[in-house]
Amino acid sequence: MTAAGADPVLRVEHLTMRFGGLVAIGDLSFTAARGDITALIGPNGAGKTTVFNCITGFYKPTEGRMALHHGDPAVWEELEPMTDRGARSVRRHGGALFLLERMPDYLVTQQARVARTFQNIRLFPGMTVFENLLVAQHNPLMIASGFTFLGVFWPRAYGRAEKSAVEKARMWLDKIGLIERADDPAGDLPYGAQRRLEIARAMCTDPVLLCLDEPAAGLNPKESTELNALLRSIRAEHATSILLIEHDMTVVMEISDHVIVLDYGVKIADGTPDQVRNDARVIGAYLGVADEEVARVEAEVGL
Amino acid sequence: MAADTSGPEKRIDIARAVKDAALAGLLAFGLFLPLIGFQTVQNMRNELELDTRLSLLLVVVAIVAAGRLLYTLFLVPWRARRPHLPSARASALAAAFAKWFTPFALGFVVVYPLLSLLIAGRGGAVKWIDNFGIQILIYVMLGWGLNIVVGLAGLLDLGYVAFYAVGAYSYALLAKTFGFSFWLLLPLAGMLAAFWGILLGFPVLRLRGDYLAIVTLAFGEIIRLILINWVPVTNGYAGITGIPRPTFFGIPFNATDEGFAAVFGLEFSPIYRVIFLYYLILALALLTAYVTVRLRRLPVGRAWEALREDEIACRALGINTTNTKLTAFAMGGMFAGFAGSFFAARQGFISPESFTFLESATILSIVVLGGMGSQIGVAIAAVAMIGGTEITRELDFLKTLFGSDFDPTQYRMLLFGFAMVLIMIWKPRGLIATRQPSAVFREARIISADLVKEGRG
Repeated sequence: MTAAGADPVLRVEHLTMRFGGLVAIGDLSFTAARGDITALIGPNGAGKTTVFNCITGFYKPTEGRMALHHGDPAVWEELEPMTDRGARSVRRHGGALFLLERMPDYLVTQQARVARTFQNIRLFPGMTVFENLLVAQHNPLMIASGFTFLGVFWPRAYGRAEKSAVEKARMWLDKIGLIERADDPAGDLPYGAQRRLEIARAMCTDPVLLCLDEPAAGLNPKESTELNALLRSIRAEHATSILLIEHDMTVVMEISDHVIVLDYGVKIADGTPDQVRNDARVIGAYLGVADEEVARVEAEVGL
Repeated sequence: MAADTSGPEKRIDIARAVKDAALAGLLAFGLFLPLIGFQTVQNMRNELELDTRLSLLLVVVAIVAAGRLLYTLFLVPWRARRPHLPSARASALAAAFAKWFTPFALGFVVVYPLLSLLIAGRGGAVKWIDNFGIQILIYVMLGWGLNIVVGLAGLLDLGYVAFYAVGAYSYALLAKTFGFSFWLLLPLAGMLAAFWGILLGFPVLRLRGDYLAIVTLAFGEIIRLILINWVPVTNGYAGITGIPRPTFFGIPFNATDEGFAAVFGLEFSPIYRVIFLYYLILALALLTAYVTVRLRRLPVGRAWEALREDEIACRALGINTTNTKLTAFAMGGMFAGFAGSFFAARQGFISPESFTFLESATILSIVVLGGMGSQIGVAIAAVAMIGGTEITRELDFLKTLFGSDFDPTQYRMLLFGFAMVLIMIWKPRGLIATRQPSAVFREARIISADLVKEGRG
């Protein structure tokens, strides 16, 4: 549980994203360690969501390499050869490496197993809570249904595969406390429940890395505490590392193992929550003043 | 006291209603003056003359004003007095209706040919089975096919008739040129139409909403123009005649010794072919419905609906939206192809005239009126729209009312538009707008229409 984990699940190197003349992310490098909760924080407009969009394949970064790793660490040796070869992914020694910047968005989830949630919740509002969790298991179910043909002509074989999908949905419904509302449309749920459902839906894709974009936004303190418990249980019980963007500092400081701070697309701090909390540049960025003035402003506001 | 307070209110109501009716009459006068008030007639020397029809104009204006007066005086207060919450009895009735409608409707369509034989006799039944039964079932099938694309996947398709045309011409050309049988060509026509669906899908994948609608509209026109202009193959405007009719598993429906009637020892009559065709299209339509119901419960169908709800969320869940859209186009196209080859086989003659934009618009309005995504709603809408326009042929008694040159069939499109306006006022999301969940955890609950997205392509 160190800031620079010995076993990284995601290694981002020199990530740059330009929109025309605007540099949204400038030469960002960081690693997220396996089993850790890594938080990405920064003032509004710092480029946090852009980093997420690059990692999950929604944006193609202008420059940079993002390597995601599964299984045995020995496969990291392949990183340079595969980059030169132009390969998208490599599987060897019981492990696998994926270069996310080379993959279309749906393959990032399907093959590299990176799942995400959205800042403004994106559920399927007209489908039931249960259906939402089944849609998330599309890819394994698609194979089980023999790409539909088997499912139409031989329903029984598919029925068995569906049973395990229903079991997984039941497990998550239980965990997020929505088992009573499983047959209600997702759009009818209260806000906090929608947030939890979106996380559960992302978890139904069996991710190696779960990217949460402001999961605590709009939650009351009680819901926030429940969310912390949910995220901790995900870390403890599943082989899923978490990368999260958050503004709520109590969430960040309580549950994250490693914090990265962005300001104007540039990394200004990287370390444990305690290190970041006392970093002069971070305080400066949040207060909106230059580094040398931090001490004076802090004295003024009584920090 | 009560009488005192209601008295003046009522008087004010009447005064307002009269003013309102006068305004409606004035509006109608302005609107209908150029439309009805003037008429151009050709005189004996082939010159155009302006004729005025003031009495007719006044009658129409009077009808509008009187209608408005009755509406504000009686209908509005009646609707205000009516309780807004549905009573327990009404909801129990609705539940019973929902439970029994489908089996009853299925039973009815199965016995329909026999019923019309019993009631109308051999001669009269042909019309009822062919013009009503078969015609409506073709549109039910087309509606269900388009429902996959528009209702489930949320991709607005204005050129659906193109796939219908591909199916019809595939059957007509292959059957005439190579003499393949109907049963071989039916799946082949479906596959060809599905192939064209995928071909259309590729260039339009990036388009959404209105832009998608425009491109699909253009696609429908392209197919029609090819059919018109590729004369060596399609014979252009003249169309293709003498298309082989489907046989009863090898036994033709004709008056020869090998014909259906002779083989089964019956007296020859065209009714057998018509009844056979009826059950054929019924089976095809039910196949469409069955496959759609099954697909909705499979991951691909759920992915279509998820795509309609939120495409970005789909991509974040690892769903290949390209393939999902293409399968929706292919499935919809395939069923239109089946319907098209049936159409060609039933008519024995096809021309580009049968595949105009108006057909696409009719099928789309059936889907929209029925309620996007609802199979029963689409079937009811098809019966109302196609049956309604067919029934205008039967309204000859109106001639005694309006004079002998009154032709009810000319008012088909007016009725069509009128029905559409009514439905859009009364039920803006279609007859059956609620969504039935595709998977049930404990108990099935119906999802109200305002949560279900319509899709943006």
